[in-house]
Amino acid sequence: MRQISTALKLDENRLASPAALAAYRESILAERDPNRPIIIVCHGTGCLATNSPKVADTLRRAIAAAGLQAQVVPEIKTTGCHGFCSRGPLVIFHPTGLFYQRVQPEDVEEIVQTTLLEGKPVERLLYVDPNTGEHIVHDHDIPFYKYQQRLVLRNIGKIDPADIRDTIAAGGYQSLAKVLAGMTPEEVIAVVETSGLRGRGGGGFLAGRKWRLAVENVRKSPGPVYVVGNGDEGDPGAFMDRTLMEGDPHAVLEGMIIGAYALGAQQGYIYVRLEYPLAVRHLSVAIEQARALGLLGQNILGTGFDFDIKINRGAGAFVCGEETALIASLEGRVGEPKTRPPYPAEKGLWNRPTIINNVETWGNVPQIIEKGADWFAGMGVPHSTGTKIFSLVGKVNNVGLVEVPMGITLGRIVEEIGGGVPGRDEFKAVQTGGPSGGCIPWELKDTPVDFDSLTRVGSMMGSGGMIVMDKRDCMVDVAKYFLEFLMDESCGKCVPCRMGLERMHAMLGEFTMGKGSLEDLDELHSLAEGIKDGSLCALGGTAPNPVLSTIRYFRDEYEAHILHKTCPGKVCRELITYAINSELCNGCTLCARECPAGAITGVKKKPHEINSSLCIKCGVCFEVCKPEAVEIL
Amino acid sequence: MSVSFEKIEAILDRFPPQPEHLVSAFQEIQAEFKYIPADAFNAVCDHLGVPRSQGWAVATFFKSFSFEPKGIHEIKVCLGTACHLKGGARLVEGLERELKVERGHTTGDLLFTLDTVNCVGACALAPVVVVGEEYQANTNSRKLKKHLKKVAAE
Repeated sequence: MRQISTALKLDENRLASPAALAAYRESILAERDPNRPIIIVCHGTGCLATNSPKVADTLRRAIAAAGLQAQVVPEIKTTGCHGFCSRGPLVIFHPTGLFYQRVQPEDVEEIVQTTLLEGKPVERLLYVDPNTGEHIVHDHDIPFYKYQQRLVLRNIGKIDPADIRDTIAAGGYQSLAKVLAGMTPEEVIAVVETSGLRGRGGGGFLAGRKWRLAVENVRKSPGPVYVVGNGDEGDPGAFMDRTLMEGDPHAVLEGMIIGAYALGAQQGYIYVRLEYPLAVRHLSVAIEQARALGLLGQNILGTGFDFDIKINRGAGAFVCGEETALIASLEGRVGEPKTRPPYPAEKGLWNRPTIINNVETWGNVPQIIEKGADWFAGMGVPHSTGTKIFSLVGKVNNVGLVEVPMGITLGRIVEEIGGGVPGRDEFKAVQTGGPSGGCIPWELKDTPVDFDSLTRVGSMMGSGGMIVMDKRDCMVDVAKYFLEFLMDESCGKCVPCRMGLERMHAMLGEFTMGKGSLEDLDELHSLAEGIKDGSLCALGGTAPNPVLSTIRYFRDEYEAHILHKTCPGKVCRELITYAINSELCNGCTLCARECPAGAITGVKKKPHEINSSLCIKCGVCFEVCKPEAVEIL
Repeated sequence: MSVSFEKIEAILDRFPPQPEHLVSAFQEIQAEFKYIPADAFNAVCDHLGVPRSQGWAVATFFKSFSFEPKGIHEIKVCLGTACHLKGGARLVEGLERELKVERGHTTGDLLFTLDTVNCVGACALAPVVVVGEEYQANTNSRKLKKHLKKVAAE
């Protein structure tokens, strides 16, 4: 890390005043040739997993070997996640926006020849719209990007997160300079308050009010205060915080520094989830570089303001995303939540006033300062202003990260941006709000996605996970899955959560086996209501949501399990059987070889059979069968 | 990964003797030895001035800490929602059969530890299994079996 700063000569460019930042930015821009083509190779976790470093490497070598004397040699840039993860590795050409998907090292030669030398696109690497069959050349024309409004994500995919000069060239830290050059802490808080920014981590509490409360508490009891960035993104099916920390770490840092100025804090912490090593690496590099330039640490931008940030890694506990549990963990204690009030704004870290916001919330702050509260409040809907990042995953064509204005309908997100579910069916449900959220059925696809509307239909905004389910998913199984998760993650401190979740899980387990009665279903419902009222923290208080929302919208599926002993989604193991369609089976013997139970018999090139008394329903045959002859009955 | 007092001392030197560093210190120990050896546990608690009972509470609360040595290759099967819908649970069962260990445990030859994880945040790759540091994207039991054979041979 140290070496990067040294190589970039950041120490020599230590910025002594807010004005020096502007001058430094000018010098960076002046060094860069605006006409130089840039080839961006996405290095988000998704693309990294599908070979993007090798693609970038091969491109570098191929370009060097091609001897592009006549043309300008393009710069290869590796960036954070572009969001369109299901199509990775992504390669994008700037300034044209030519967009290639699923690029492998073998494709590089053709790219250099056809695109760089002949100036034509490589047809087969273009995105094909699954609905129209049309080849789309530029990223901004792809529906996935076209309907998004990328504000927090605006730099991701354009800047190299490991080079602060990219961030500064893109306008990073200008808001900090603006704040330090001429805004009082009071003015900063007022702007955040007026913007209506609500917490992006799940709680949805007004950020400005939180800040105001903390400041008032500091006034009452002077002493050290803290700011914390919550990057303990634990909701399964959500990865917006990871993408932000990996792809534009400076946006989070800048927001936190501004918050620290408003509160008068000198120390900040970012708590990053254990499973995100790349986020830790990029944040560490960013902190190091920001310090070297005088944007963090002692005497920031020469204004006498001192503030530094330390990274804490999580240790694998979902409940630590809850603010009081997170604080306990920062103090080196067991990550158990405690009763609120007092809220962290009054008694947080080491019992001192603390502003703790989700990293996405912090990432919004610089732009609000830059463009004003009214600009921000003008987006979205009243009480849910601005944009929100969602991770759109599950049974949807375009899996990835999307940023949209609040209030857009669920249907538009899934169908226009997400391209609908594979196979032209309608989606069955969309699960929002993480494990304690709810399942919203297709019938409510016109529900606006904002804090209050989602709560009204029995789900919640949560941190922004959006999991699309289709007819092959079982809602009873999904409810059971979430309870299993929450039961495992319950810290066990209060009884309703510890015992209640276990009981609910057991009842759902009975249903998935076709046991239980309708009376049990009613009992499950009343138990869920009780846990909701009686739990200590939000984990237990919202844990019944998946159960309540699936009973509310998919009661017929519960009844199918209980009364008819069938699983409509063909998921629940006790209620399904595997069989081979003799007309489709080509007798390749693969299933028989892979079957761990030896339940499949047959002669080569003749239809095979499954012996259901031996079958353990592991699904391996279904998975491996190429002609799709294995059926679930 | 032999346990030595030099290694433990070297880690402790990085932390001032304050209780707030407990989680971080355990993390370093875990990363160094792939588990928390009893000697290291005691040394960390004593160095930071944390009662051993509290150290025990913390070390057993967080999932990433282990008191048993982990295998050379850690397998983490993602059971996030997207992976669940795409058959993550079947993958764990397949691996349990293949490796002949239950989830949370290590094979007798200390080659593999089989674990599950709530979400690795790579939902576009579902179902995903992380072997060591490598993400196995859109995987299935058959592909995993082949991959583990390759890893074991290395």
